[in-house]
Amino acid sequence: MATRRTTWTILLALLLAFAMLTAACSSDSDETGPTAASGSCDIADLNLVTAGTLTVATGEPAFPPWVGTTDGEGFDDPESQLGFEAGLVYAIAGELGFADADVVWTRIGFNEAIAPGDKPWDFNLQQYSITSERDEIVDFSSPYYVTSQALVVYPDSPYASAKTIDDLKDAILGAQIGTTSLDFIENVIKPNTEPNVYDENVDLEAAMNAGQIDGLVLDLPTGYFVTAVQVEGSIIAGQFEAEAAEPDEYGLLFAEGNPLVPCVNTALEALRSNGTLQELEDTYLTQGGGIPIITG
Amino acid sequence: MTTPKLELRGVWKAFDDKEVLRDVDLAVDHHEVVCLIGSSGSGKSTMLKCVDLLVPIDEGTILLDGADITAPGVNPNRVREEMGIVFQAFNLFPHMNVLDNITLSPRKVHGVGRSEAEEKAKDLLERFGLSDKVAEYPDRLSGGEQQRVAVIRALATEPDLMLFDEVTSALDPELVAEVLDVIRGLKDVGMTMVIATHEMGFARDVADQVCFLDQGRILEHGPAAQIFSSPKEPRTQQFLQRITDAGRL
Amino acid sequence: MSDRSSLDEFGGGPSLLGPPHAPRGREEGTRAALIAAASTVLFVAVALWAILSSEAWPAVQNQFFNWDHFVIVFPKVLGGLWLDIKMFLFAEVVILAVALAIAIIRSLRGPAFFPLRALAIIFIDLVRGIPVILLILLLGFGIPALQLPGVPKGALFWGLTAIIISYSAYTAEVYRAGIESVHESQRMSARSLGLTQGQTLRYVLVPQAIRNVIPALLNGFVSLQKDVALVLILGIREAVREADIYAASTFNYTGYVAAALLFIAVSVPVARFTDWYTERDRQKKQSVSA
Repeated sequence: MATRRTTWTILLALLLAFAMLTAACSSDSDETGPTAASGSCDIADLNLVTAGTLTVATGEPAFPPWVGTTDGEGFDDPESQLGFEAGLVYAIAGELGFADADVVWTRIGFNEAIAPGDKPWDFNLQQYSITSERDEIVDFSSPYYVTSQALVVYPDSPYASAKTIDDLKDAILGAQIGTTSLDFIENVIKPNTEPNVYDENVDLEAAMNAGQIDGLVLDLPTGYFVTAVQVEGSIIAGQFEAEAAEPDEYGLLFAEGNPLVPCVNTALEALRSNGTLQELEDTYLTQGGGIPIITG
Repeated sequence: MTTPKLELRGVWKAFDDKEVLRDVDLAVDHHEVVCLIGSSGSGKSTMLKCVDLLVPIDEGTILLDGADITAPGVNPNRVREEMGIVFQAFNLFPHMNVLDNITLSPRKVHGVGRSEAEEKAKDLLERFGLSDKVAEYPDRLSGGEQQRVAVIRALATEPDLMLFDEVTSALDPELVAEVLDVIRGLKDVGMTMVIATHEMGFARDVADQVCFLDQGRILEHGPAAQIFSSPKEPRTQQFLQRITDAGRL
Repeated sequence: MSDRSSLDEFGGGPSLLGPPHAPRGREEGTRAALIAAASTVLFVAVALWAILSSEAWPAVQNQFFNWDHFVIVFPKVLGGLWLDIKMFLFAEVVILAVALAIAIIRSLRGPAFFPLRALAIIFIDLVRGIPVILLILLLGFGIPALQLPGVPKGALFWGLTAIIISYSAYTAEVYRAGIESVHESQRMSARSLGLTQGQTLRYVLVPQAIRNVIPALLNGFVSLQKDVALVLILGIREAVREADIYAASTFNYTGYVAAALLFIAVSVPVARFTDWYTERDRQKKQSVSA
């Protein structure tokens, strides 16, 4: 008898608490972007986590062609300056006036970085697509690369010859959590079975290796690396070109309202006009053509 | 001279380094009642468990009807069916009622059919005046009733030898008599028994032979009358004196 | 049964044990209930007021207790929870059986059974030494990657197998404690009646052992209900993963709160049942020894 009374009291208290806590709901706060640059971009005036140092975060492991080359040089070693994103960071650092030695790297998971709040780094780059939802929580630089989604399968898979999105309706696909790749699967491909969702790309690749998914969807450059190295024997079945999807634009990720953003944007602009950005792209991200298109 | 029902020859038993039985020799004739007396830790309990092959002996032999039951290759289960043992407490299986307790072994070990086993069980219960307890669970019985049911249960396998390990020591005083009566009843029908007990008056009444155990040895043994009235060994005298002083004799 | 606890027979006067503290009669019972209810309401009201008027509250509410998001994410999380429920119901049945087998092997006496006993001990030590999530990763990704013919590949299969293996090791120890807590005289009585070791375990020791450890087994079950969510690491879309997906795309964590509430709702009945069972058991034991 005492236990029944206890049960009801507990349940009622919980219900009451939850009702009151969710009442007076408010909509998502409207965050405004950082104010236009009114400050200078001299190193001494920059808003940095550690004065005089550019603290850059990326994923773990940091893999090619973003960090390191596809033949294995500089794998997970951003200080080698090899790889598109590693190279880009040192180029930006140079533009801002930092010496190479002033660049300090730190690692963080893909999703932890997008969480709201202060960051222990100045900016993060790991192929983050700029989306309006993310923009409300964090800030992005202007885009530094535009890409499309690709489908990776084994050659003997029935989906290796997929020509349209409809061909993939019965596939069991996989994607990393919180990515535009996942959004693409759920909102554009819309397969009959929900896709499996993994914390990190390595888990995605492990599932592919284990034969637990028919194929995975990720950005095209990473797809090159996965098929070349991570998942032996896999191929890129095709890249998606559906009008429904906005092209994926990658941007550097900052804490909300970080005044560093305009300075970095200026640096990016400089790299774009002087051809450095294109050079990096040509070195690391172009693998020759011949990737079939999967239409929507 | 006929073969004794039970014989222990030169039995030694130690637990880790502690010797509990030392060079024990004992002969129990058919229909004889032997009482084991002595302080706690003198080895009475262990001796009974060794006889029932519940505890292996280190040295010596135990013979039942002349056959060596401690020889390698002997099936202890078969041997145990010839004997019954009742402990001081925790005899009955608490998750079964009285009837199931008694019929478990006949049914599962001897393959007796359920109705036949239950018939015999009810007969035994009636003989001992416990018919109304047939469907009760052990926790609803008094201590004395539990011990009496334990005796009945041991008898259900029709043994020729019964061993009692201080079966009244844990009982409230007013319940002791009913259990002792049961044992007296068994003596009347000629059951061979070895009884470890603190009840000296009872021992003097029923025992044909009394053995006094001290630190694992049978220090003295002989007819009950002789041991109780004129013990030879000083330690026996000491022990009996202390019992008398406590008003238990 | 004699009753030695009452001192009343020694003459009048208050009992040395003090006055009984249970309320006499219905009046006092109702009054006690009202006081309990009133103080609970007061406590909750004060706590809520303190929370709701704090500075950080609006931000926290928006992030964790957002009704608009709750409405959207709740059905998704609920769908995932259904998978969790199926998983732990299935797993629990298998665990109870496998663990019992392991515990019995460990309890077998006699030198002939030494290799089996040793194997059981090694298994238990190994498995209890590995974090469950590691076991899930090892079996869930590792074994299918070997591509052994005839071996299943599914993430759900191996994830659940890992959890079953892990929990069986712990539960086996619970059973063993139960078996060893049965008085030695019980085993000896059974053997003396001619029952074999197997029969002794089956008819005498194990039934009692299980009764002894039911609260501990229930406790393990409550723990299992949460741990099945760990298979999310293999990509499986159970409740926590669904909340995770939602949070990753909207950056609102109300989904996590929804998942927590659902898990609580599932395990509270079992926890209350455990308490009731333990209490009833205790009362039975007390009335026996009186």
